[in-house]
Amino acid sequence: MAIKDYIRERFFPHMWCPGCGHGIVLNGMLRAIEVLGLNKNDIVMVSGIGCSSRISGYVDFHTLHTIHGRALAFATGVKMSRPELNLIVPMGDGDALAIGGNHFIHAARRNIDLTAIVMNNRIYGMTGGQYSPLSGYGVSATTAPYSNIDQSFDIVELARAAGATFVARTTTYHVQELSNLIQQAIVHKGFSVVEVMSQCPTYFGRKNKEGGPADMLKRMKDMTTPIGSKAKQSHTELIERGIFVQKILPEYCSEYAGIIERAMKGH
Amino acid sequence: MSGIIRFLQGNEVCVEAALYAGLDFFAGYPITPSTEIAENLSLRLPQIGGKFIQMEDEIASICAIIGASLTGHKVMTATSGPGFSLMQEALGYAVMAEIPSVIVNVQRGGPSTGLPTHVSQGDVNQARWGTHGDHAIIVLTASNHQDVFSITVDAFNLAETYRTPVVLLFDEIVGHMRERVIIPEKGKLPLVDRLRTSVKEGVDYHPYLPREDGRLPMSDFGGGHRYNVTGLAHDMWGFPSENPQVIHGLMRHLIDKIQNNAGEIARFREYDLEDAECVLISYGSSARSALHVVKNRRKRGERIGLLELQTLWPFPHRLVREKCAGIHTIVVVEMNMGQVLQEVKLSVPNPERVFLANRMDGVFINPTDIRNILRLIQGKGV
Repeated sequence: MAIKDYIRERFFPHMWCPGCGHGIVLNGMLRAIEVLGLNKNDIVMVSGIGCSSRISGYVDFHTLHTIHGRALAFATGVKMSRPELNLIVPMGDGDALAIGGNHFIHAARRNIDLTAIVMNNRIYGMTGGQYSPLSGYGVSATTAPYSNIDQSFDIVELARAAGATFVARTTTYHVQELSNLIQQAIVHKGFSVVEVMSQCPTYFGRKNKEGGPADMLKRMKDMTTPIGSKAKQSHTELIERGIFVQKILPEYCSEYAGIIERAMKGH
Repeated sequence: MSGIIRFLQGNEVCVEAALYAGLDFFAGYPITPSTEIAENLSLRLPQIGGKFIQMEDEIASICAIIGASLTGHKVMTATSGPGFSLMQEALGYAVMAEIPSVIVNVQRGGPSTGLPTHVSQGDVNQARWGTHGDHAIIVLTASNHQDVFSITVDAFNLAETYRTPVVLLFDEIVGHMRERVIIPEKGKLPLVDRLRTSVKEGVDYHPYLPREDGRLPMSDFGGGHRYNVTGLAHDMWGFPSENPQVIHGLMRHLIDKIQNNAGEIARFREYDLEDAECVLISYGSSARSALHVVKNRRKRGERIGLLELQTLWPFPHRLVREKCAGIHTIVVVEMNMGQVLQEVKLSVPNPERVFLANRMDGVFINPTDIRNILRLIQGKGV
């Protein structure tokens, strides 16, 4: 199938700003689904609130656009009740890790088979550029006019510590890698997290003088490196990309199927 | 009625009734005094192939049941005071997206942490208006275990009929009290399954285009129709819309589907109303004390009756007006500062004759409390 067979053309044009990274994530995700050859009826996309969460409206799957921060909780209900469906949960950094932080760590702890894609542009875009838990110390935002004093989460370390069994990171610059990682995350049986560093030229870029979309994309190329690269040894400030965690542990819905079996036998 | 006789807690009766009604997905979080519902369902649901999950909080619990309802399951969560406060945003989502769901609130004393182990009926208005924005909602209650059973079954039926969340507003006394209940045989009580679309797979299905009768056939998530569900104001495709005409139509639909059927939704019991001069109006556990007072005073020849409300919202204004026509004294018995009292006053032509008999100190209102207030109203002194 062509990419356009996965989208709802009726609802375009999309609402993202010119130069936004979210369209690249959408593209990478659809290419991953295309390669995997998944049936559209078998995919449920659940999202919360924010620019990133609007992604669900544009794709021709079962789509559930919910409330701020709770996408993973809704997705847990869908997955538990229909374990055979593929659940993809695109979230922004604020959606996933500020208001939704609790659901994020608990979904990871349960190792329920959801694919969480965190589109990390380090800012609340939809409300106009406030700092998020991923903005980082020293950043400018409309709610940090004197510069941000909040330290940021490391999504990879947080997901790993919480028990996610697949954890990866990439950027919107690395489009092939992005699509490939999402593919592996979808295939992985268990809770998988893909952090996609994305650009918000309208707010983050403008507030922090990072230039236009192309400049911001180039920055992501310059500030990251593949896991274990030589460059990382000499430039420790580089952010690593690739797969950080990939292990097989009992998946929640499979475990619950065991509970049903035991309960039905009467012990 | 024939069936199996049991001696149960109200919370356990709610579980039996929910399973009878077809519940097969429950998500919840421990909180007093509703926890027994979760405990019992964690045992019972997997025995019938259903699913139970203890979520990380009450917000996640209601979100999970909404997700499960979309895939075609009958769903419920149960909580008390603080947990019900946490659920309000998602409750509004279920209203807006029209997701059949049952939310049990076994009321305890509030505000805040309040009185976790003591009774209250302080959440009547919260159940109606707790979530933001104009909306309609169904809220039911019961005072004894046989009614807890039938009202719980009703809650599922109404949720599926009107595609709406239904709040079961029990209280600590009803939840924890043990009494006899007859579990009806299968088929005794009617069960409603949701209306599903007859639109064929691959044909354009409009998930939010109501039929002429206002009903909205569903299609299970994971089935043959792929559509969008959102808490944003939306058009017939479920896609966000800011078109004033579309929004007006949506708001009217959401409210009319319930308000226009208020008569159908109204459940109540009446005792000795025929020749009554004084009517007590009550609901939930306080109606037990009110009934006791009525029975006692009837023996002494007083013309007193009881109207027990089981549907609190949409408030049955017409029913109250009709039942109280020509009544000289109306006394609302409730365990709060007068939440149903206000609605009763709005219902009758003589609001100055509507009085409140209440307690809100965590102690169950007993017949003596009510009798004392009655004597004061009648100018007899305590």
